[in-house]
Amino acid sequence: MRFVPLAAAGLAVLSLAAFTTGCTAGKEGGPALGSQPKASNTAPSAIPAATIELWHGFSADSEVKAFTDAIAGFNKLYPQITVKMVKGVQDEQITQAVRGGHAPDVASSFTTDSVAAWCKQGVFQDLNPIIKQDGVDLSGLPPVVDTYTQFDGKRCVMPLLTDAYGLYYNKALMKGNQPPRTLSELTKLAKELTVRNADGTIKVAGFIPSGQYYENGASHLGAMVGAKWTNPDGTSAIGSDPAWKTLLNWQKELVDWYGYANLDKFRKSLGDEFSGKHPFYEGKVAMGIDGEWRVAMLANEAPKLDYGTAPVPVDDARPDLYGSGFTAGTVIGVPKGAKNPEAAWALVKYLATDTGALVTLSNAIRNVPTTKAALESPDLKKDENFQTFLDIFANPRTTTVPAHVNSVFNQEALQTFMTSWEKGSAKDLDAGLKDVDKRIDDKLKLSGG
Amino acid sequence: MAVIPLRRREGLKALLWLSPWLAGFGVFFAYPLLATVYFSFFKYDLFSLSFTGLDNYAYFLKDDRAWISIRNTAWLVVVMVPAQVLFALGVAQLVTRLKAGVGFFRTVFYLPSLIPVTAGTVAFVFLMNPATGPVNRILGLAGVQGPDWFGDKDWSKPGLTLLAMWGVGNLMVIFLAALLDVPRHLYEAAAIDGAGAWRQFRSITLPTIRPVLMFSAVTGVIYTLQYFTQAMIAARVASGTTDAPGTAFTPGYPEMSTLTLPQWLFQTGFRDYTMGYACVLALVLFAASLVFTLILLRQFRGFEEVAS
Repeated sequence: MRFVPLAAAGLAVLSLAAFTTGCTAGKEGGPALGSQPKASNTAPSAIPAATIELWHGFSADSEVKAFTDAIAGFNKLYPQITVKMVKGVQDEQITQAVRGGHAPDVASSFTTDSVAAWCKQGVFQDLNPIIKQDGVDLSGLPPVVDTYTQFDGKRCVMPLLTDAYGLYYNKALMKGNQPPRTLSELTKLAKELTVRNADGTIKVAGFIPSGQYYENGASHLGAMVGAKWTNPDGTSAIGSDPAWKTLLNWQKELVDWYGYANLDKFRKSLGDEFSGKHPFYEGKVAMGIDGEWRVAMLANEAPKLDYGTAPVPVDDARPDLYGSGFTAGTVIGVPKGAKNPEAAWALVKYLATDTGALVTLSNAIRNVPTTKAALESPDLKKDENFQTFLDIFANPRTTTVPAHVNSVFNQEALQTFMTSWEKGSAKDLDAGLKDVDKRIDDKLKLSGG
Repeated sequence: MAVIPLRRREGLKALLWLSPWLAGFGVFFAYPLLATVYFSFFKYDLFSLSFTGLDNYAYFLKDDRAWISIRNTAWLVVVMVPAQVLFALGVAQLVTRLKAGVGFFRTVFYLPSLIPVTAGTVAFVFLMNPATGPVNRILGLAGVQGPDWFGDKDWSKPGLTLLAMWGVGNLMVIFLAALLDVPRHLYEAAAIDGAGAWRQFRSITLPTIRPVLMFSAVTGVIYTLQYFTQAMIAARVASGTTDAPGTAFTPGYPEMSTLTLPQWLFQTGFRDYTMGYACVLALVLFAASLVFTLILLRQFRGFEEVAS
C-alpha cells in the first residue's frame, strides 16, 4: 500500500521533532550565577526590579505564613523584587519544570535525597562561583551541611532549615531512670520499662527497636553507631563498615527479646505517627527516636505530657559519638533556566544566611535553623527540650546520608534488608550486607556515578 | 490536467479518512514505542544522554528486583484474574437465580466498584490489620488465628486478590447482562433432554457468553499487568512509612511481595532517573502484554472451535 511509506516517513519526522524538543528543553533563562563580572554597586537597590517565583514544599497554613513573614523581611531590603510563592511542590515537579524549560527562579526541597542528582544533571546552578564573588561566609555552617548541599565539588543548594533527631522519653514511665547514653543501657532500660499483659502481649514498650517503626529508618538509627554509607568513590561502604553490623546485631537481639511477631502486632496496633493517637502521647512507648518538630507537636497535641529529650544512645565502643545524631533538612537553590538569577540569588542568600529570616522561619515552623548565628540568637524561641536538638545539629560528629545520585535507592536497599533481618527471614548478616553493597554498586554503574 | 487514477484516488481517500487514527497511532503508540526502544540503549537521566549499547539489558538480567516484580505480576495474572472472573461469574449466576431482592443484591455487589481505589485500599488494609482490624477479630471468634495479611509476604498477594474480588462489580454487571441474554428456551430444551445444571452451564451458558468471557479475561490480564495503585497504597499503609527526611519508602512491602513490574518501572524511571533502564522494563512489560493477549486469543479461538 502506498500510504504505508508515507505514514512511516511522517512518524519518523514526528519522532525526530519530538526527540529534538525533548533534548533541547530547559536551556532558556538568565545568565548562570557567577558568570558575569562582579557589579561595582553591590547595594540591594542595584538589583533591577523583578518578579520572581519561589517553589517550596510546605503546605500547612502556618508554614506558608512563616514563609510569607520571612519574605516580608526580604522585601524591606529589596522592595523592588516581588516574590510569588507556589506551595506544596515535590522534587519531581522541580526536575520536570527545569527539563521543560519552565524553571522557577528559586526552588526549595524538603529532602536532601535529590541533591546529588540535581548537581549531576545540572538541575540547580552551582552556587560556588557566586558565593566566592559575593564573599559569603559559610564558616557558620556546621560541617555536616557540606555533606548534603554539595556533590562532586558543586554546591547546588544552600541549607534553609533542618531536622535533627534525638531521643524522647516519657518521664512518668522512666521509673526515675536517666535517659540511656549507650546501646547497652538502652537495651537494659527498654527491657526494664516494658510492661506485658497476662497473655504475654505488649502493653507498654520500653523502646521499639524495629526499623519499621515511625522514625527508626536505617539512616536515623545509623547515626547511633556512626555508620558510613558510602566510600569516597560513591560505592557502598555498608558491607565493610563494622558499625552497621554492630547496629543490626543490637537491634536483632532486642527484637528477639520482644519476639518479632509480638512486637509487630503491637506496632500495628498503634495510632498514626502524625495524629493525636501517637503511642508516645498515650504512654504506650517509654522512649523513642523522633525529630525536633515533635516538640511543637507535643505542645499542641499532648500539652500535659511530662517528657524529656536527649541525644540518641550510641555504640558502647564509641562514647565520643554521644551528643551527635542524624540530621537532614530543607534545601534551597536557583534552578537552571531561572529567568532572574540575580534576584533569585539575593533571595536564596537572604533566606539561607540572614539570622532574622532563619529565626522567623524556625520560630514558626519549629525546625532547627542552620547557621551558628541563628542557633545562638536570643530571638530564637527555645526551651530545654528544643535546645537538645540545636546541640545535636551543632555537634561536629552529627551525620546525614551523604549526597549520592542513588540516595533513595541506597536507603531502600538497606532498609529492605533490615526488615528481612529483624524478621528473621535473612539469617546471614555478612552475606546480606554484601548483597546490599552489590545492589548499590551495580546501580551506581547503571546510573553512571 | 492529469487525471488521478481511480485506485490511487480511492487510496488517498482511505488515507484521508484514516488520518485521525494514523495521527493518534503515531503520536500515542508508534512514537513512544520507537522512542522507548531507542532510549533503552542509552544512559538517560532526562538531561544527558550517552550510548551504552546493551548495558541496560545486561543489568536487567541481574536485577533481582525486576525478576521479583515479574514473578509477582505473573502471580497476580495467574491467580487474581481467574479469581475475579470466576467470582464475578458466580455472583452474576447467583443474582440471576434469585427469586426476590434481585435489585438489592445487584446494588450491594456493585457498590464497592463505586468506591475510589485509594479509599477502598486504605480501608481494606485497616479492616485487615492483624491487631485492630475486624476481619481477624471475627476469625478469632471462630477460633481461627488470622494472618498478618498485608504485613506477611505469603498473605499480601492473596490480600490484594480479595480486594480485587471485592471490587468486581463492573464485571459482575457485564456477566449479568450476558447471562440474561442466553435464550431461556435452550435451557428448557436441555432440561427436557435430561441435562443437569452443570451440563447446561457447560453446553449452553459458557458457549453463549464466550465473547464476554474473552473480553473480561483479556482486559483483566492487561489491567493486571499494569497493576500499580492498590499494591503501592497497601504497601505504604501497611508499612507505616511516612515522607520524612531520611525515610525512604520501600515499594513492595512486605519483603518485595507486592512489588509489581509497573511499580519497579516507575521507581527506576521517575525516582532513580535511570530512564534508559526503565525503557527496558517498559519493553518487557509490553512484550508480556502481547504474549498474554495472544495466548488468550488463541485459547479462546480453540474454545470456539470446540464449542461449534
